[in-house]
Amino acid sequence: MDWDIVIGIETHVQLRTNSKQFSGASTAYGSEPNSQACLVSLAYPGVLPVLNKEAVNCAIRFGLATDAEIASRSIFARKNYFYPDLPKGYQISQFELPIVNHGKLSISINGKEKEVRILRAHLEEDAGKSLHGIVQGKTGIDLNRAGTPLLEIVTEPDMSSADEAVTYAKKLHELVQWIGICDGNMQEGSFRCDVNVSVKKKGDTKLGTRREIKNLNSFRFIKQAIDYEVNWQIERLEDGEKIDQATILFNPETGETRAMRSKEEANDYRYFPDPDLLPLEVTANMIDKIKLSMPELPASVAERFEKNLGLSSYDASELTANREVTNYFNNVLQFECSPKITANWILGVIFSQLKEKDISISLCPISPAQLAKLIQRIEDQTISNNAAKKVFDALWQKPNTEIDLLIDELGLRQISDSGAIDQLVEEVINANINMVNEFKSGKEKAFNALVGQVMKASKGKANPTQVSEILKKKLTI
Amino acid sequence: MINLSLKSLNQGLVKKKFSSLELTQFFLNRVEKHNSDINAFISIDAEKSLTQAKHADALIQSGQNSLLTGIPVAQKDIFCSAGWRTTCGSLMLDNFISPYDATVIQKFNEVGAVNLGKTNMDEFAMGSSNETSYYGSVKNPWDLSLVPGGSSGGSAAAIAARLAPAATGTDTGGSIRQPASLCGFTGLKPTYGLVSRFGMIAFASSLDQAGPMAPSAEDCAALLNVMAGYDEKDSTSINHEKEDYLANLDEPIKGLRIGVPKEFFEKGLDGSVQKVIEAALMSYKKMGAELVDISLPNTHLAIPVYYVIAPAEASSNLSRYDGVRYGYRAKEYDDLMEMYFKTRQEGFGEEVKRRILIGTYVLSAGYYDAYYLKAQKIRKLISDDFKKAFEKCDVIMGPSAPSVAFKANEKKSDPLAMYLQDIYTISTNLAGLPGMSIPAGMIENLPVGLQLIGNYFKESQMLNIAHAFQKETDWHTRMPDGVS
Amino acid sequence: MTINQKDIEKIAHLARINISEEESATLEVKLNSIISMIDKMQEVNTDNVEPMSHALEVTQPLREDKVTESDIRSDALKIAPEVVDSIFIVPQVIE
Repeated sequence: MDWDIVIGIETHVQLRTNSKQFSGASTAYGSEPNSQACLVSLAYPGVLPVLNKEAVNCAIRFGLATDAEIASRSIFARKNYFYPDLPKGYQISQFELPIVNHGKLSISINGKEKEVRILRAHLEEDAGKSLHGIVQGKTGIDLNRAGTPLLEIVTEPDMSSADEAVTYAKKLHELVQWIGICDGNMQEGSFRCDVNVSVKKKGDTKLGTRREIKNLNSFRFIKQAIDYEVNWQIERLEDGEKIDQATILFNPETGETRAMRSKEEANDYRYFPDPDLLPLEVTANMIDKIKLSMPELPASVAERFEKNLGLSSYDASELTANREVTNYFNNVLQFECSPKITANWILGVIFSQLKEKDISISLCPISPAQLAKLIQRIEDQTISNNAAKKVFDALWQKPNTEIDLLIDELGLRQISDSGAIDQLVEEVINANINMVNEFKSGKEKAFNALVGQVMKASKGKANPTQVSEILKKKLTI
Repeated sequence: MINLSLKSLNQGLVKKKFSSLELTQFFLNRVEKHNSDINAFISIDAEKSLTQAKHADALIQSGQNSLLTGIPVAQKDIFCSAGWRTTCGSLMLDNFISPYDATVIQKFNEVGAVNLGKTNMDEFAMGSSNETSYYGSVKNPWDLSLVPGGSSGGSAAAIAARLAPAATGTDTGGSIRQPASLCGFTGLKPTYGLVSRFGMIAFASSLDQAGPMAPSAEDCAALLNVMAGYDEKDSTSINHEKEDYLANLDEPIKGLRIGVPKEFFEKGLDGSVQKVIEAALMSYKKMGAELVDISLPNTHLAIPVYYVIAPAEASSNLSRYDGVRYGYRAKEYDDLMEMYFKTRQEGFGEEVKRRILIGTYVLSAGYYDAYYLKAQKIRKLISDDFKKAFEKCDVIMGPSAPSVAFKANEKKSDPLAMYLQDIYTISTNLAGLPGMSIPAGMIENLPVGLQLIGNYFKESQMLNIAHAFQKETDWHTRMPDGVS
Repeated sequence: MTINQKDIEKIAHLARINISEEESATLEVKLNSIISMIDKMQEVNTDNVEPMSHALEVTQPLREDKVTESDIRSDALKIAPEVVDSIFIVPQVIE
């Protein structure tokens, strides 16, 4: 039987603010346990929340970036439940009236554009961290993270495969970093996805019962968890069993999912408007101000790269996947390098190096100015493309070396002096009469062999274009 | 010294008739002498108080003093005070030493007032007789077999017995005004948002408001001058222009329109209390005020609405008492669930648990619309009643409580009877309006309070109206026998 | 509406309060008397009435995004029921 897969994603994005959602405690990652647990984070008797302006700005930025409606009035509510890392016994979140509604994000699936609808995005606060193994058989509570601003972004169930889900998650991950609202650090938990999965018989209009996989913090886990979950659900249904709605956890070690034990009871969160907070008003003025500070969005930049620079759509989208990459690319172009060659260098040589070293482009030892110089040396035929790769490797080791010195040091300067090439060509013709004859009798391959001989005689330094031009001239006289 | 106004005490300090150290020691001695009978204080820390007094004396010496510098003020144990045990009348916080000052406490500290001690109260401010405190019930100094009212019963008894010249209270449904009425002094609940709630342990956040408690309106004005003000740590605090509440006390009140709501004089009101209130209204008439009949038709719904909204908010506000980070934790438990269940079973008293359960119920799935949302809608109707009424009058007057002080244990086991104590005060909390109780007469040596309800931010006018009455009468200066 | 023993059990669980059997019986009576009192609200027609959450029509103030709080750990840990290495300790959480 054929099955349709239906996936919706809720992403918790930690906002890139200095202080917490409702207090002036630091949000820095990795500090001493509980050193950032202020009175409000500890939920001391009598303390009150005051909303962080920057978190609101981040939500507005996200709304603008996804072409969403930004509510002029939104309400904070309390979501009540007991958990040791939830100090107040309730989480402040937005329930009935969230700040962002009805946005959209385009993803590209096998070259086809697909729109994922964003139902809503709301502001809320993170919980603390439960630590296991500090004391045998007990749980430790660190409240440094408690109160960190979150934007929870909820999609409609618009994705129909693990690949689509991962593509959406990656695209969203890129976007929130692009607009500067999240550092995107998934290992530190800055970007975490809850994935709702259900299956239904192909063509059925009624959705199946969904199970929610909690807290996935890598794209690989999202893929593995969905794949496992989809198979599990289909097998169950094919065995004639039914699926119960459940909250489940993914175990990266086994690659399996399992229902959470602690959430067995039906949750009754008793949401109600938080009386400690007033309605949040977002004025047109606030939105206009933020619009002015918004960067051009990646989709628009990519379109421009295609249209104005003649890049392929693949290259354009790769170069706009990340704002640092785009900046790097733009910075190289400032030196009037060829966009195409620059794109090839960044997406080829640089990316493979970055991947090998597992670093981001911001840590690339070779500056855009240096790459530009290197490309210029290719363009002015000082060095060949192959020689340039050698220079690049050397440069990676000694990042601040002057390019021209390095070329000379490595003896890679290309011979473009036509007199010298002429002489080399002459010598090769005289030493390889057989090949010359073969060429003259119509064997085109012999020509390439002769070029190769000239290059070899020049120790690779002769300009290959010039070599073939001169050779052709001499052979066709 | 025991029956001097704050202004007179200030004069005594400034003119060096006595020092703050002497004044503070004098009241500490009174507390020492009477507290075992009255149980008005939970925590006394003479060393801390006297240190503050010395500091105040230095301020006075250097001329950097204001009206409250060096004056001992009894603080309700709902206000977090740095270094002080702050219990909120509950075992749950029996061992809670606050690391910080509530904004109200900070403001008193800034002007050099002396914290005389932390006063007893109904547990988490839930009660109208001060019988729900973990630290035992408070006695009414007018008759020790009677309750002082609640929840600010400790502050009330302290003022009535002149164990302190001034005190603070909080009022969620009448907790300043009803005890002021039962103990015979002046108490003011300001407009919601006038006084910061930061550091004031929450009961029902949308209703809680701190206010002054002292013998006279003039004293309350002096206290409010310190307490009121915008606080950026409290999102619900209102950025209202700073006023001097002492400035208009002596304005003439001729032509004042006093609204008398007929619903405040229906069944449930004790007949002799009614007579006292009517006499007080006649005094105002003699002073040139005009009495206007008004109606607050939804008054009978105030208690039902309140007992949905207040417990709902409380059930959530009190979730933080879970035995994880501070406060009480059960001694024996096998797992996390049991730790929660026993900590909260043992740490909270009966009335608090009852309200948490009611609050949990009205917010739970399937009941929210019928209870919580409905209550919020009727809250709007009640608020609109006042809006209409204030088109016809400048101030509303009626009884503060339906009876004089009642016997201890009389209503303790009957929550509904107890809840009726706040029938005249609750609707102002729901509307966020300022309300006040002033001594208006006595019935068989027990005080009766007259309630004034003003429009938003009309505290200055209300204090003026109260002061006018107090210039003509001496009810507010009367003290129980055996106090001196 | 009325509350029965099962309702009490449910809300006590949500509120994490242990209730003994003898308590439960009296509680049922008292809670029901409160519920019937608040049920008076149902007599009122509230169609088209806006619910009121706050006394005054004001909007949320916003705080500048600055770190203003200092480390109060030493005070906080001193009054905590159970602490190991600056971490609050509770019985094991089972996910």
